[in-house]
Amino acid sequence: MSNADPRPRPWFPLPRLRGRVGEGAVAASQARGTGPLPNPPPQAGEGMDNRATGAITIRWSRIALPIMTLALGVAAWDLVVRVKDIPPFILPGPGRVAATVVSDWPVLWDSLLVTLATTFYGLALALAGGVGLAILFNQSRLIEHSLYPYAVILQVTPVVAVAPLLLIYLPQQAAVLACAWIVAFFPILANTTLGLNSVDRNLVDLFEIYGASRIKVLLRLKLPAALPYMLGGLKIAGGLSLVGAVVAEIAAGSAGAGSGLAYRIAESAYRLNIARMFAALILLSITGIAIFFALSLASYLLLRRWHESAIAGEP
Amino acid sequence: MTEIASEHTAVHQTAATPPVVTFQGVVKRFASGTLALDQLDLAIRNGEFVSLLGPSGCGKSTALRLIAGLAEPTRGSISWSGTPLPTLPRRRRRVGRGARNKPEVGFVFQEPTLMPWATVVRNVMLPLELEGVERRLATKRAVQALERVGLASFCDSYPRELSGGMKMRVSIARALVTDPPLLLMDEPFAALDEITRFKLNDDLLELWRAVGRTVIFVTHSVFESVYLSNRIIVMTPRPGRVFTELAVDAPYPRDESFRTSAEYARHCRIASQALSRAMASAL
Repeated sequence: MSNADPRPRPWFPLPRLRGRVGEGAVAASQARGTGPLPNPPPQAGEGMDNRATGAITIRWSRIALPIMTLALGVAAWDLVVRVKDIPPFILPGPGRVAATVVSDWPVLWDSLLVTLATTFYGLALALAGGVGLAILFNQSRLIEHSLYPYAVILQVTPVVAVAPLLLIYLPQQAAVLACAWIVAFFPILANTTLGLNSVDRNLVDLFEIYGASRIKVLLRLKLPAALPYMLGGLKIAGGLSLVGAVVAEIAAGSAGAGSGLAYRIAESAYRLNIARMFAALILLSITGIAIFFALSLASYLLLRRWHESAIAGEP
Repeated sequence: MTEIASEHTAVHQTAATPPVVTFQGVVKRFASGTLALDQLDLAIRNGEFVSLLGPSGCGKSTALRLIAGLAEPTRGSISWSGTPLPTLPRRRRRVGRGARNKPEVGFVFQEPTLMPWATVVRNVMLPLELEGVERRLATKRAVQALERVGLASFCDSYPRELSGGMKMRVSIARALVTDPPLLLMDEPFAALDEITRFKLNDDLLELWRAVGRTVIFVTHSVFESVYLSNRIIVMTPRPGRVFTELAVDAPYPRDESFRTSAEYARHCRIASQALSRAMASAL
């Protein structure tokens, strides 16, 4: 993490707090006893220590601040429920929701696994379908012109509206999977197509000079060049796949037997079990966050050696 | 393919040396209708260092692409060692290479044109791998090519970790790795700063003397063309034609003392005047 800039960085990533204001903020955090710095506020010219602590402060604040916000929000929620004495079948307090997560864990866990499996298979199929179609489009104008409009139509038609139809013609599992696939494959297709078409012209010429076959151009030039784009699409698709799965589960409604988290939400709504609705919702959020981080990590690991997006901050 | 190279390693060439590549009345019109080359005649002899000098857009790069087989002439013919090359379907070029008697070429683009996802050594061994050379042998030859440009210790670096000049060296190493009898360079140093460019000019001359290949060097810099080449072909603005040819008979090795000599200045003046007249001829 060697950095050419000798000035102390603003520790706090808000646009208005810059430069010297940042130092004041560090001092203020120490006065409250919340700052991580036992040392006096960093001065310009202290070199490495200064920069290292600055970086740690930034990292610390990036984690601590959202948690603090969350804590405040939960506290406010709890306060409102207590003061207004709201009955739990309208709005349960955070404590009750937490208790429900624990007490209903076996049911919720099984549902979570179902939703996760659907999301994962949907995403895997979307990756295969999106990349496969993008390669086909790249190799043949004819196929691209014949199919691309329908890929767009599939994307712009709201999946909520398609799901009930799919549920009529397909078994429930397959319909849910199809919904996850429909919403997830387009970003991968669009991004990979863009990537395959963004190859350095000179490199294409170079491959031609050495008589490379089409398949070698694809495998050794086009696919590696498209990888960052593909991973960008995958990151979007991960969240969308979860959305597709949830939409289809909700649409399936009470029909399902071994059903996912979204089904639990619908079911709990009928039973006025609001606490369980919140519990399932929280698990869904956590799942989405986990998918996003997992895909970000995969993207970082694949690109960290060479792509600009993954090497920011390093020399 | 390599017998052309091994027969002639001498640096100084005479008109008696057989041409490696000959253009006869070559016309190139793009699909857009632009006439890039009009009746281009030239002969590149074995072992020469020839510069194509001309303003931007005069079709010098197009001529280079025709030699590399990246485009076909609209009319006229390009022949190798005196043999005219039959026109083949584009996709069958690899099969056709032997039949056409077209020697392998090394190509250096204006940009380094490296694959950012591959290490330096993987970049340099790419031409060998595409030609089906076994991996271990390809690695060995790539390392040797990198040694020649002084970058053997950067084998496992990624292109982004290198400076502009170093990337260009890698690009030159890649062009040389297949030992091509003909090296084509398309304004390779145009994007570099002057200090780096001078250094790379010196290194290129040394390399040329060491490996004894024919070099066709496209440039719009009078100074660079005089410093490097033993023959300068001045081209007219679009459509490109040969305006005149200049011999730079100063002996090699050339170094800093040549760059500051009166002789160098004289050649530069002649080339510069020729270029001005070539520009004026188009008006």
